[in-house]
Amino acid sequence: MVDFLNAAAGMLLITTMVGLCRMLRAPTDTDRMMTAQLAGSGGVGILALLAVAGEAPPVLDVALLLALLAAFASVAFVSGASTSTSPSDRP
Amino acid sequence: MSTAIALVTVVAVSAGAIFFLAGTIGLIRFPDAPCRLHALTKADNLGLGLIVLGLLPQVGTLAEALKLVCIWLLVMFSGAIVTQLIAATSRHK
Amino acid sequence: MTSALAFDLALAALVLAIATLTIAAREAMSAVISFIAYGLLLSLAWVRLRAPDVALTEAAIGAGVTGLLLLGAAATIGHRQAGAAPPLALMLAAGLACALVASGLAATTLVLLPEPAPTLAPPAMASLATTGLGNPVTAVLFVYRALDTLLEKVVLVLALLGVWSLAPDRVWGGVARLGPDAPPRAMLVFLAQLLPPVGMLIAIYMFWTGADHPGGAFQGGAILAAMWLIVLTARLADMPATSHPGLRLLVLAGPMLFAAIGFAGWALADAFLAYPEGYAKPLIILAEAGLTLSIAATLACLVAGPATRTPPP
Repeated sequence: MVDFLNAAAGMLLITTMVGLCRMLRAPTDTDRMMTAQLAGSGGVGILALLAVAGEAPPVLDVALLLALLAAFASVAFVSGASTSTSPSDRP
Repeated sequence: MSTAIALVTVVAVSAGAIFFLAGTIGLIRFPDAPCRLHALTKADNLGLGLIVLGLLPQVGTLAEALKLVCIWLLVMFSGAIVTQLIAATSRHK
Repeated sequence: MTSALAFDLALAALVLAIATLTIAAREAMSAVISFIAYGLLLSLAWVRLRAPDVALTEAAIGAGVTGLLLLGAAATIGHRQAGAAPPLALMLAAGLACALVASGLAATTLVLLPEPAPTLAPPAMASLATTGLGNPVTAVLFVYRALDTLLEKVVLVLALLGVWSLAPDRVWGGVARLGPDAPPRAMLVFLAQLLPPVGMLIAIYMFWTGADHPGGAFQGGAILAAMWLIVLTARLADMPATSHPGLRLLVLAGPMLFAAIGFAGWALADAFLAYPEGYAKPLIILAEAGLTLSIAATLACLVAGPATRTPPP
């Protein structure tokens, strides 16, 4: 079972790797933002599998943290891109 | 009994990993941003849900099982909202 | 080859690939997004190195705080391309110097270090029972090297002072604004209404469980800071002015409480930052509670940046 779960985590890692490397060279920023989202959900899946495979409950806490904060990069990207790139009234 | 549980875990985790693979292939191959967002959010979250379902019989305590469910719910919730935000941004660009 | 080793090799290759993509990126925004993905993968690497505390901190800071900070910076820079590249000879010299340093470090640690490597881990674990804690990392942070932790928190406050001092004179003490001035989308407001309560619960859990399991004040504080930042981004509330006494007190409360406990150690246990017999764990948890709040306030203020508007009357 441990080997199977590790292998599943490895497959998820390779899937995430393929998605990341292909998307990071994509033309628009929106595509690149999706790669961060992919890294987030892929990372959560890998961590959950590793936690149960290695019988290490703290790793589940790492997965919980990642699941909570996965949206933040996208939020920052969206709020930064929602207007033109002129900064606020900084000198 | 334990072999039945192991079988459930193997089947669910394998199905989850396959859905994840399908979602990522869709992310790479679909023509435009909204289609890619579909693949990213729906297929990947379904894959994650199946993986969580497969892992639930394997954990030792109720707290860990609840944590797994919380993880899945959080990823689903934030994924749904982030998809809408990214789609709206890509449409206005 | 065992499955774990194969996984580690794949992870190492992926981390190197993402790092290369980050350095080779042409625009600021793509480099920042690659860097965020790199941080997420690095927390996976820490998990594989059996350091869950570091993985927690890497995930919290890399995904939450640093992501917001760098993306805001990249959005402000705009789509400016990088300036003219430095001359090739200079780049080659820099690369050679980095390679020499890296190979020197690798030689000392991998080849010249005696086997087994010298470590203080066994004595640290042996004394763990006297501290009353279950997590050796927290014992190192708050018992064996408590002075370092106190000074680190002071350094955090100094960094915040440095950021605040970037405000121009006419808006000194004013309000910092996060992000552009356009009203936020309804979905973002919805996210900012629903996520922070869950986040606060998880932050308190992280702080509380740090005594016996991986976690602690820094991770909890980072999550709280991220929650506050998303509330700010969605314009559900405004950052208090940097001259607001409550904000300044919140930033200082953690280090001051920790220092007070340290001075009390002089009276009660014969040394600065020593704990009286049997009271170590409650005092440590008290110090951590204060530090969680202060770290949250400091990190949120650091990301929000210097003041840009005059303070309200």
